[in-house]
Amino acid sequence: MSTSATGHRSASPAKRRRVKAQQPWLPWLFLAPAAFGYVVFYLWPTLRGIWLSFTEYNLLTPAKFVGLSNYERMFQDPIFWGSMKVTVLYVVLNIGIQTIMALLIAVLMYRLTKSTFVRSVVLSPYLVSNVVAAIVWLWVLDAQFGVFNQFLEWIGIGKIGFLTDEFWAIPTIAMINVWRHMGYTALLIFAGLQTLPESVYEAARMDGASETRIFFSITMPLLRPILALVLIMTIIGSFQVFDTVAVTTGGGPANATNVLQMYIYDLAFGRFQFGYASAMSVALLIVLGIITMIQFKLTRANDTDLD
Amino acid sequence: MAFKRFPKFRGALALSATAMLALTGCAPSDGGEGTTAGAIDYWLWDTGQIPGYQQCADMFEDQTGKKVVITQYGWDDYWQKLTAGFIADQGPDVFTNHASKYAQYVNLEVIKPLNKIEATAAVNTDDFQEGLAEIWTGPDGNLYGMPKDWDTIAAFYNMEMIEEAGYTAEDLENWGFNTADGGSFEQIIAHLTIDENGVRGDEPGFDKNKVAVYGFGLSESGGSTFGQGQWSGFAAATGWEATNKPVWGDHYNLDDPTFQSTIDWYFGLVDKGYMPAFGVFPQSEGAAPQLTSSKAAITFNGSWMITTYAKAGFEVGLAEFPTNTDTGVSKTMMNGLADSINVNTNDPEGSAEWVAFMATDQCQSVIGEQGVVFPSRKDATPIATEAYSKLGLDTAAFSDPVTRNDVVYFPITDYGADIGALTTPAFEDIYANRKPASTLSAVNDSINILFETSAD
Repeated sequence: MSTSATGHRSASPAKRRRVKAQQPWLPWLFLAPAAFGYVVFYLWPTLRGIWLSFTEYNLLTPAKFVGLSNYERMFQDPIFWGSMKVTVLYVVLNIGIQTIMALLIAVLMYRLTKSTFVRSVVLSPYLVSNVVAAIVWLWVLDAQFGVFNQFLEWIGIGKIGFLTDEFWAIPTIAMINVWRHMGYTALLIFAGLQTLPESVYEAARMDGASETRIFFSITMPLLRPILALVLIMTIIGSFQVFDTVAVTTGGGPANATNVLQMYIYDLAFGRFQFGYASAMSVALLIVLGIITMIQFKLTRANDTDLD
Repeated sequence: MAFKRFPKFRGALALSATAMLALTGCAPSDGGEGTTAGAIDYWLWDTGQIPGYQQCADMFEDQTGKKVVITQYGWDDYWQKLTAGFIADQGPDVFTNHASKYAQYVNLEVIKPLNKIEATAAVNTDDFQEGLAEIWTGPDGNLYGMPKDWDTIAAFYNMEMIEEAGYTAEDLENWGFNTADGGSFEQIIAHLTIDENGVRGDEPGFDKNKVAVYGFGLSESGGSTFGQGQWSGFAAATGWEATNKPVWGDHYNLDDPTFQSTIDWYFGLVDKGYMPAFGVFPQSEGAAPQLTSSKAAITFNGSWMITTYAKAGFEVGLAEFPTNTDTGVSKTMMNGLADSINVNTNDPEGSAEWVAFMATDQCQSVIGEQGVVFPSRKDATPIATEAYSKLGLDTAAFSDPVTRNDVVYFPITDYGADIGALTTPAFEDIYANRKPASTLSAVNDSINILFETSAD
């Protein structure tokens, strides 16, 4: 391996020089589509969003620079802090339950069956769009005609306003998204499990380790980089929850499910306060950046215990 | 520069740039979406009104040679597409406007003052029902919407349930309420409420947690800022006014103790089991299905819902809001839709001619004959009343308060969207979580600060 790599290295500089001399624009040409997409759809909107956060802007008249006043307002805005609290509660419930469930499903699939059919079944909720999933659950949980509430009444518990009760609304939305995403997350973990060397498990079994011990002392530590990646991805996605809330509760009752993205959307497109909405988006960007950095450090996502 | 050496690359770049301009909407465009070249694009959200206005559009084309294309979108899509249209300098030439939205459009300067265009300036606003032109007159004195119809709120009731409970239509014509004991109104809805065991709400053994039929239906999040289809009539009958001026007020009165006691009494009907709690019925459906599915005996709703109730499959009666026994007054909230002209229109004169035509007795009579809404012109109201009577409904409960001037107008103020964002969760909190109405005082302070800080 190393010989061939060295061989490649020894041959390529001359070749590269030739290409560079004859077609200096070629690398730029290959880079251009991705670079163009990055600049137009990511870099420019981000920079413009940051600029707008320092302005008063309603889309129809030119933006007016207002310095830090949007950020000052944000720190004093009780609805913003309420939305932040609701969003964090949602993320904790959604990610906590989803990760545990996904890990359980992945390990069960890995230990019991590698059937493609089972994997397809596990993934199937992920194939349903967020809006459709939300509407279906809205009907299932409806207090008047929802199947689940009819069942609860039939077994004597009585109807519960899952999406209309202040206490239940966020946990219910979190669970709807757990249902939709856990199969996909399980498959990511399952893929990670397949990269773990069988020899380590054999050694553990020969030492007489139980399944539980193997899970906690071998599977979990070796899975850490995969789990870290999965957590970073799912937490970022979870913080951006919007469609399920928009369809099921619209942020109510009484702002009980007014997650940050919902509030940003309402400020921008309902109230034309694009400057203030941009300031909140920047705040969300910073929060997500910090959380990702902390996660990265805590989980040592760059390292593997296989070395 | 280096492109000179690569003509093919330059060509490809030009092609891709053209494609991108087209994709991102920067390419020049000569008309709004779905319009016929030169035609006036007219938007509305109510499907029920399309046949009437199509008839008017045909008459308009016959008389002026100008074609009108009518486009309909559902309520939510309608406002989203309209907003997108304003931003993109596109959208319809003329559109149906709502009182809760137009103040924002006046501030954003996206609708034209109609009194500044010849055709619409010539319309005599005295021909409209009292107060309609005032609603659509901006703080600068300009007319921003040509009134097209009006609506009020009244009680729809299931006649069979009323009779089974031992009441007559006269009992509901003479009903009264107060916030101390609810008056005869509360007695009636208590008696109309029946639990799953068949026990009525005013009988011993009534189980308020297992209600089969509610005496009084309610939906839609507690009513937002003005409780138009919910509590507006009850609050107005006590003498309360939402703002310091009927139109373009700059001070809200949600901290008024009389108002707060009315709200406490009103939502207190939930605790008694006479009115459904938040979430019992889907909010998005409104109150009408509660009555038409016989889950509620009485619901208040707007005159725009008459045809829906008329299709209930049983006899539906109508009654005005109960009289407040302390003031002796019954009130209903009056509102109306209007036609506005987009500032981005390519044909302001043609658009104004179409708006003016919709306000003529010729078009308004057609609208009245459809029996879908009450047209804005005074002389077209009897035509609509007659059309409704053919559906078997006596709509005097909607029109009599207008004749007697027992109406309060839908308040128009600045910051409607911002105020709605404060009041909607506050009223939801009262309805869903049964918070006391005194919590509205803090909300009221936040609203008034909006006006005070902008005045600085």
